Amino acid sequence: MTWAGSIFDTAGSPAERIARLAWFLIIVSAVTYLLVLAATGIAMRRARVRRTQGELADTRPETGKRLTRNVAIATTLTTLILLVYVSATALTGKAIAWPLNAQQPLTIEVTGHQWWWQFRYRDSLPSNWLTTSNELHIPVGRPVRVILLSNDVIHSFWIPELHGKQDLIPGHRNTMWIKADRPGVWKARCAEFCGHQHAKMAFDVVAESPAQFAQWYVRQLASALPPTDSSAKHGYDVFVQRTCIMCHSINGTEAGSNVGPELTHIASRPSLAAGSLPNTRVNLTRWILNPQLIKPGVRMPPNALSPADMTALLDYLETLK
Amino acid sequence: MSAMSAGRYWGRIAAVAALALGLACKREERRFNATYPSAPAYASVTLDTLQPGVPSPELTVKSPAEGNAYDIAQGKLLFAQWNCTGCHSHGGGGMGPPLMDNEWIYGSSPENIVATIVEGRPNGMPSFRNRITANQLWQLAAYVRSMAGLEAKGPSPGRNDEMQYKVDEQRTPFRTPRASSSKTLPAKSQRP
Repeated sequence: MTWAGSIFDTAGSPAERIARLAWFLIIVSAVTYLLVLAATGIAMRRARVRRTQGELADTRPETGKRLTRNVAIATTLTTLILLVYVSATALTGKAIAWPLNAQQPLTIEVTGHQWWWQFRYRDSLPSNWLTTSNELHIPVGRPVRVILLSNDVIHSFWIPELHGKQDLIPGHRNTMWIKADRPGVWKARCAEFCGHQHAKMAFDVVAESPAQFAQWYVRQLASALPPTDSSAKHGYDVFVQRTCIMCHSINGTEAGSNVGPELTHIASRPSLAAGSLPNTRVNLTRWILNPQLIKPGVRMPPNALSPADMTALLDYLETLK
Repeated sequence: MSAMSAGRYWGRIAAVAALALGLACKREERRFNATYPSAPAYASVTLDTLQPGVPSPELTVKSPAEGNAYDIAQGKLLFAQWNCTGCHSHGGGGMGPPLMDNEWIYGSSPENIVATIVEGRPNGMPSFRNRITANQLWQLAAYVRSMAGLEAKGPSPGRNDEMQYKVDEQRTPFRTPRASSSKTLPAKSQRP
């Protein structure tokens, strides 16, 4: 069974366990519900038949005893089923909370911001630390320890195909373990109302083979190259001398603010503004000129750039592959 | 209470409730996409009233962010994010002058403050010309004024979480409990 963004379209072991539990609860509950409906129907039908035939109510003591026994059996069964539910849920919870027999897990710190995502890949070697925004790459088959942090309000991290939801709480570290068992590209989103643009706080998840992941990682670690053609050079000047530099960073340049998403490899990302727009030149123009028209309330202000400056800036941003 | 007075009593409650409901309808507008007066408007602000000959009429730019809770709160966010706190602290001053008193070297009006941010000032205040949009300048000015009590303080109170001596337990970093934790506590006399 597959449909987009579904918890039943699992791609990792925690999600699989959760989906199995969900099916178990749904099926047992559905059967119980149907049995109750059937019993009610039979009882109503019997009562009607009795009334139409003018029979009196059955008041014999043995009937009363039988009914009492039936009620006792049903109550016991219900309690048992509920106990099984509770145990199954607790066991599933324990199974997915425990580190997946982890050999060399990958550690990623996720920070929720209003309204975008920051991912910091940790490594025993600090020069291998990597920061990306709104795009999460993970290698298939390797357990990933996700540390959840928040910069402002409570957000919730949810990749339906890989795991359940987990909150990002300001001033508190939450941890969860995910593991992708097959490659795939998914859309994940914030699952806890976090203000005006909660609906436009998504990110792209890419699970790929360890070799592809290593390639991507090395590419992302590289600093931005200095622009070569004259338009891109002018665009760089616009970036570092205008409003951009107050919030954004580009590794290898003067821009080092960590208020907004870092843009060292923005041209390689599939989407803009936390999954709001496909990453195209037209969309980037619209976004830079007035983000408030696309995502009202977003922290990025409208930027009144002349057409020449705008073109140059876009030329420069497109070199950031 | 007789039936009559009970009716009047409930009538009054209903009237108060209706009034409260009416007041609750007034919600401040959040202007996400407004265009606030930009550079030329505040760049011509005269900083001194002393002028030779007949003084020219004073130019007044009304701050669009004045009294707007959303703008003041945004100003506070920018104040922290852009490291104004690095010199001015949270209004108490450090390397830079304090902003919560009523001494203003370069003027206390919103347009004076905006001009100070744009132009920069001698001895350390950087110029943010072209770096900050007009809307954000007015928001910053509104927050700076709120610290001195020239604006409503309600929207962005000065008691920040990070300034508390004792932070909430759920906001402290995670620590593994230790067996001899009682020994690590300071002596009772040193605790607040």
